Amino acid sequence: MRRWLPAGLLAFLAAGPLVLSEFYVTLFNYIGLSALVALGLVLLTGVAGLTSFGQAAFVGVGAYATAWLTTAGAAAGWPALLTTPWAGLALGLMLTMLVAAGLGAITLRLSGHFLPLSTIAWGISLYFLFGNLEFLGGHTGLSGVPPLSFAGWELRDPRWFYYLIWLSLLAALFGVRNLLDSRPGRAIRALKGGALMAEAMGVDTARAKLMVFLLAAILASLSGWLYAHLQRFVNPTPFGLPIGIEYLFMAVIGGASEVWGALVGAAVITVLKHWLQDWLPHLFGASGNFEIIVFGFLMIAVLHRAQGGLWPYLSRGFPQPAVRGEAASRRDASLPPMPQRARPEAGVLLLDVKDVVKRFGGLVANDRMNLAVHAGEITALIGPNGAGKSTLFNVISGVEPATSGEVRFLGQRIDGLPARAIARLGMARTFQHVRLLPQMTVLENVALGAHLRGKRGYLSAMLRLSRDEEARLLAEARRHCERVGLADCLHMPAGSLPLGRQRLVEIARALALDPVLLLLDEPAAGLRYLEKQALAALLRVLRAEGLGILLVEHDMDFVMNLADFVVVMEFGKTIAAGRPAEVQNDPAVIEAYLGGLE
Amino acid sequence: MDLQIALLLAQDGVVSGAIYALLALALVLVFAVTRVVFIPQGEFVAYGALTLASFQMGKIPGTLWLLLALAFVILLVDGPAAWRQGGRGFLLFLAQVVLYPALMAAAVLLGQPHAWPLWAQSLLALALVAPLGPQLYRLVFQPVAEASVLMLLIVAVALHLALVGLGLVFFGAEGSRTPPFSEASWEVGSLVVSGQSLWVLGASAGLIVALYLFFEKTLYGKALRATAMNRIGARLMGISTTFAGKIAFLFAAVIGGASGILIAPITTIYYDTGFLIGLKGFVGAIVGGLASYPVAAAGALLVGLLESFSSFWASAYKEVLVFTLIIPVLLWRSWQSHQVEEEE
Repeated sequence: MRRWLPAGLLAFLAAGPLVLSEFYVTLFNYIGLSALVALGLVLLTGVAGLTSFGQAAFVGVGAYATAWLTTAGAAAGWPALLTTPWAGLALGLMLTMLVAAGLGAITLRLSGHFLPLSTIAWGISLYFLFGNLEFLGGHTGLSGVPPLSFAGWELRDPRWFYYLIWLSLLAALFGVRNLLDSRPGRAIRALKGGALMAEAMGVDTARAKLMVFLLAAILASLSGWLYAHLQRFVNPTPFGLPIGIEYLFMAVIGGASEVWGALVGAAVITVLKHWLQDWLPHLFGASGNFEIIVFGFLMIAVLHRAQGGLWPYLSRGFPQPAVRGEAASRRDASLPPMPQRARPEAGVLLLDVKDVVKRFGGLVANDRMNLAVHAGEITALIGPNGAGKSTLFNVISGVEPATSGEVRFLGQRIDGLPARAIARLGMARTFQHVRLLPQMTVLENVALGAHLRGKRGYLSAMLRLSRDEEARLLAEARRHCERVGLADCLHMPAGSLPLGRQRLVEIARALALDPVLLLLDEPAAGLRYLEKQALAALLRVLRAEGLGILLVEHDMDFVMNLADFVVVMEFGKTIAAGRPAEVQNDPAVIEAYLGGLE
Repeated sequence: MDLQIALLLAQDGVVSGAIYALLALALVLVFAVTRVVFIPQGEFVAYGALTLASFQMGKIPGTLWLLLALAFVILLVDGPAAWRQGGRGFLLFLAQVVLYPALMAAAVLLGQPHAWPLWAQSLLALALVAPLGPQLYRLVFQPVAEASVLMLLIVAVALHLALVGLGLVFFGAEGSRTPPFSEASWEVGSLVVSGQSLWVLGASAGLIVALYLFFEKTLYGKALRATAMNRIGARLMGISTTFAGKIAFLFAAVIGGASGILIAPITTIYYDTGFLIGLKGFVGAIVGGLASYPVAAAGALLVGLLESFSSFWASAYKEVLVFTLIIPVLLWRSWQSHQVEEEE
């Protein structure tokens, strides 16, 4: 039964216009058009954690661009080639991308609520603009938009248009699903709740946000183009802010975390709206858009009770989707492994920290810290809680800027560089407070570390052209999972592992970056004795391979048996540095740890 | 344009700017305390104005039914817990959800507010709108108080939609205007200053001073500021974030309702006018980064002036110009921030 449900639905869709009445064909057309827009919002809201209330305005840009070009342009006697619906599509998409890129560039770097607020303002402005511009027909709009035609055959019948709409929608669903299951897709999925970690793995999160916003706008604009040629006239009403809000409701009510939620939401809201518009005016004895009351309260109820929307409930009837990345990671035998970065020879100075000061207001977290790490060496940074170790880690890895001082990596100054640029140079880190994406599988989390080692972008991901590279990336991620001892839980959600094993995922992810310097912030915390032994053995192997390792750790046995060099910090300053045995006997260290003898 | 017209436009701009400033303050307050970007702020404006207009037309305003319905739902939801708690807390609860709504119903249904003087009608309208704030906070926002800012924003937009729809049911599609508080007018040089615009300016200034005193001088005000700065810290110090949220929403409703009553004589108010007015307050609030009260107020004044002057030069594009004002503001804010922020 489960197996046949999707096929049955597809067959129903394909047969739809042949058996359904005109009324239902039209209803399905509108569902398809709305689902295209809602799909963009699923990507934006459910996956990337951004929101736009102004998608209806992008639909309007797509619709008005083609309507204007094919009517006014044709009337002005422009060359026929420039006034076809296809030229209209190109113009619409170009304008949409221009506006979306502009809005995105301005708002995406600000915190999350500025984008939706500015899309509200933009949605309202554009609505008034459509209604007031002479050449767009003011509030009456533009009529006489020509039908679409393919090689002379005109698409006038809504029954035929149905196929165009649903093919576009299915293609978009296919593309977005592929995108989410790919290298850029993982970067997008990291935006919600993992932006800081993603930057440390080399992801340009600002660019990823912009791309998602652009993609959502493009889908909306495409829907507008289809709408204009289906309806054959445009006016400002369907592009106003209330409709923009309705699109967002579709995404949220359907379920914003899966692409199918867009389809479910569009169907539910479109049918419900139609029904309520018939029924509510009788109830209130007046005409008006009373359905917004129901939508508003329905939305509040959904957000209170079922934040995942309706899709999670419906999806129980469908076959469970394959775990993302599972199939691709099995192809590893046939493909060459990823190239590795050249490792510096043992003993080469990798990291050189000079007089680094970090102040938070009046608090000096790091006070003229000095530190060096060489290739093929493990340096441990120890000290009581609050000594400033993690702060120093953040400064070195570019998560926070230093107040003053100098950090050199492989001879190059890196203080002031963003975290992703430092990651690109070959420095990888883990976080003391584990930063994984709990919903993603262990394998996908680790593959995020290999982000910089792939090159294929959004378009090839959507068209499945990047499958080879994808398989190699996942094979690489798998190799590092196995190395740290996670072979048995590759496809489990990372959030389901116990804390100790989550730390191992962090280490595997850092290794997947192919670093020459590894920064580990308390890697052994939460591990059991045997696991600690295994971790120590792994770190020794990595050291023998020529990696430099900087380690913060509280477990003294672990540190003293492993480290070549130990730096002890207290109150932001170095109080001792040397070989483990020297440091252990240093009176200042004993005082810091055990308290002085009064 | 000559000086006289410029002065006239400036006067208009300052008057509407004062209203936007009030709304901007309410928005900053609500956002700071509860993290809700309170889109429905404008609905309180429309409800206030149209409730007053209903009294004058001798109709029963729908806001009364909304107040009673919300009180009833809260009685059902919180009643059992309050009953178990007993004592003074229970009496206070009953006063809020039974006594106060009953008094309001009696005043509106039996007191014949149609015949009351304007100031008494205004106070009654405000008394009807004000409790909607804490009631809506209790039912709509409190259950998701710890959700992300984005989520709270979507809830706020949903509430906005529902309230606009209810406004249409309560007041119909026709707009209303109420008589001014003062018919007086003075000639200052070549400029005519109306009594109503002085009322608006005076009342706005009064409310702003009252807010300032509340936050600086009273314990509750300080508690609210503490909640705004650090929710968990405030809770550890024994400040109820729920209580703070209700107070913030009470202020939002009072400020919104009062703004509506103040501008109803100047401009015709429809059931959906509040949204645009509220959004202009928002533009002001965004100028202040949703954080600074004085900058938000100044931004709102700027919005009022921009609107009044653009209605002279390009009246059709008035709204477009006002809302595109936020683009340069956001651009400027964007240049100032460089770090990658972790979204909640």
